[in-house]
Amino acid sequence: MLYRTAGQYKTSYEADQALFPVRQDAVLLGIILLFVWVIFPLTASEFTFQTLLIPILIYSLAALGLNILTGYAGQLSLGTAAFMGVGAYACYKMITIMPWMNPIVAILLSGFFSAGVGVMFGIPSLRIKGFYLAIATLAAQFFLVWLFEKWAWLYNYNASGAIQVPNLDIFGLYVSGPQADSIVQYYVVLFIVSLLTWLCINLTRGTLGRTWKATRDMDIAAELIGINLMRSKLTAFAISSYVVGVAGALFVFMWRGAAEPNLFDIPLSFRILFIAIIGGLGSIMGNYLGAILIVGLPVVLNLLPETLGIPISSSMVEHLNIMIVGSLIVFFLIVEPHGLAQLWRLLREKLILWPFPY
Amino acid sequence: MDLLNQIFIAPFVDMVAAPDFLLQVLWEGLVSGVLYALIALGFVLIYRSSRIFNFAQGIMVVFAALTLVGLHAMGIPAWISVILTLGVMFVLAVSIERIVLRPLVGQPDIILFMATIGITLFLIGLGEIIFGGENKQMISAELGIPTGDTVLEPWGGLLILQHLDITVVGVAVVLVGALLAFLNYTQMGRAIRALGDDHQAALSVGISLQTIWVLVWFIAGIIALVTGIAWGARAGVSFALEVIAYKALPVLMLGGLESITGAIIGGLMIGLSEKLFEIYWGQPILGGNTETWFAFVLALIVLLFRPQGLFGERIIERV
Repeated sequence: MLYRTAGQYKTSYEADQALFPVRQDAVLLGIILLFVWVIFPLTASEFTFQTLLIPILIYSLAALGLNILTGYAGQLSLGTAAFMGVGAYACYKMITIMPWMNPIVAILLSGFFSAGVGVMFGIPSLRIKGFYLAIATLAAQFFLVWLFEKWAWLYNYNASGAIQVPNLDIFGLYVSGPQADSIVQYYVVLFIVSLLTWLCINLTRGTLGRTWKATRDMDIAAELIGINLMRSKLTAFAISSYVVGVAGALFVFMWRGAAEPNLFDIPLSFRILFIAIIGGLGSIMGNYLGAILIVGLPVVLNLLPETLGIPISSSMVEHLNIMIVGSLIVFFLIVEPHGLAQLWRLLREKLILWPFPY
Repeated sequence: MDLLNQIFIAPFVDMVAAPDFLLQVLWEGLVSGVLYALIALGFVLIYRSSRIFNFAQGIMVVFAALTLVGLHAMGIPAWISVILTLGVMFVLAVSIERIVLRPLVGQPDIILFMATIGITLFLIGLGEIIFGGENKQMISAELGIPTGDTVLEPWGGLLILQHLDITVVGVAVVLVGALLAFLNYTQMGRAIRALGDDHQAALSVGISLQTIWVLVWFIAGIIALVTGIAWGARAGVSFALEVIAYKALPVLMLGGLESITGAIIGGLMIGLSEKLFEIYWGQPILGGNTETWFAFVLALIVLLFRPQGLFGERIIERV
């Protein structure tokens, strides 16, 4: 009833291929945008900003980057966290060398460094496939984290070996560092995430996206119909690493405020892989759903015993958390291997017929 | 010029100048190589029979070691704890097969891989709740693992062989030999290999997929226990042990995911070369701690020339 597609005629091919062929989808997106741009910032508390809104956006962006590589181009990568690290360290170096730089520009530029590194580690993908490639990307993971630790130039030779985000401002308004307001940071993150999501949606719908999908489905067949595999795979690595690198810069500059090399260790990579897979590989929206689940769930689980009045130690809660997340991953994989995005698709099909299924 | 000297000349001069030290390094590399090979074998068996890339192998090592230590702490004699731990690993194998793998039969590889990561997280949480996260002492004395060392003096130098390491190498060699014999000369073992060669053909001659899956996961559990004891006796039992499973991954790349020979030779190669590189090149030039990534980079270079690893099945692709 609410979600009725009847009567929405398409008279041209362009209209049929539009981003929102169904009017209700556009309305729904409008409502979501209204919430994230206006209502959440007006109502959210400092706690909500720091534990839910900002991390969910950043993790979604990182998962989006991984999804381009794994979900669209079919190249499994386990080194996401290291590429986030490259973005974060590149941003830090740019800011310290050129303090006058606009932080948003610096964050967007830092992605290019991780794109370069990503292409370098993507070259083996031309010969290696499947799990062999997945382990090969682990080489990037371990090597880069080691480099962050040993190459003192990266963290300006300070004694702690960690990077500390300075106070940065745009026209007098602090956007990062200890003095920045959460709401300002939220808007910066939201702006960048929206921008990159919009770019990625269009990329995946265009020529490049179709090339990637052909490569994913069967690369030899793709080569036979004239797709340049090298270009297809390396662009996937480049664009994916760019997005991941920007997410890494946001991760440190807009959320954590400081970073040690082991922050970018393998658990972070897996976390992002979970988000991409539970959300749904090959879906843009899935990344957001997955991030809401994976980031939001521990927060809810942490609050639950307190609100229910169950006396339980905080370390116990943390361990239970890990267990529950682990079993939920298995549960979701069994129930719906194509992820939350697929659940939404099924729901939509039901909604179209509702309330008269026949 | 100085750098070239450091890369190409100085390490070899050092090796010739102190052959006893070189032997010491090689021995330590061999010990870890044997353990890598053992863990990689667990991976290969599971991969061959079910195409599952079992990421939970590392946490199984930790879990087995923790269970053993935990049971002993409850006052159960050491060897009975070992048997009980094997029982726990068997129950684990059965429940993983029942709860996780059976509903996921036929799903894409990446989904099964993710499921094993889910199992990993679950076991981490469970282990922390039951046994706590602090570092524990492996009960090596109670198990009768010798602790002394033998000092040899080749060419007037010094070579220290820990008895623990000798035992580890001995046990690992025996275990690998037993596994090979099991795979080659028993009906069950042949069934595992048949399943690895061709799923449908194996099913059509009446090999039960479920039994074999439980069996290979149980074998992986036994391997996990042995590695857990060996590694735990050197470094203590904690969740940091999980790292050893990451070390088995480049071994698999180097040797090939399906190859048992590959796992053994790859393990030894990686163990030896990463130790050599760390001592002679890593510490003087790169600031040390290169062991975290060297094996991966080495395997990556080998894969560039042989994409299926040294002994893996040749990948034939058709459209």
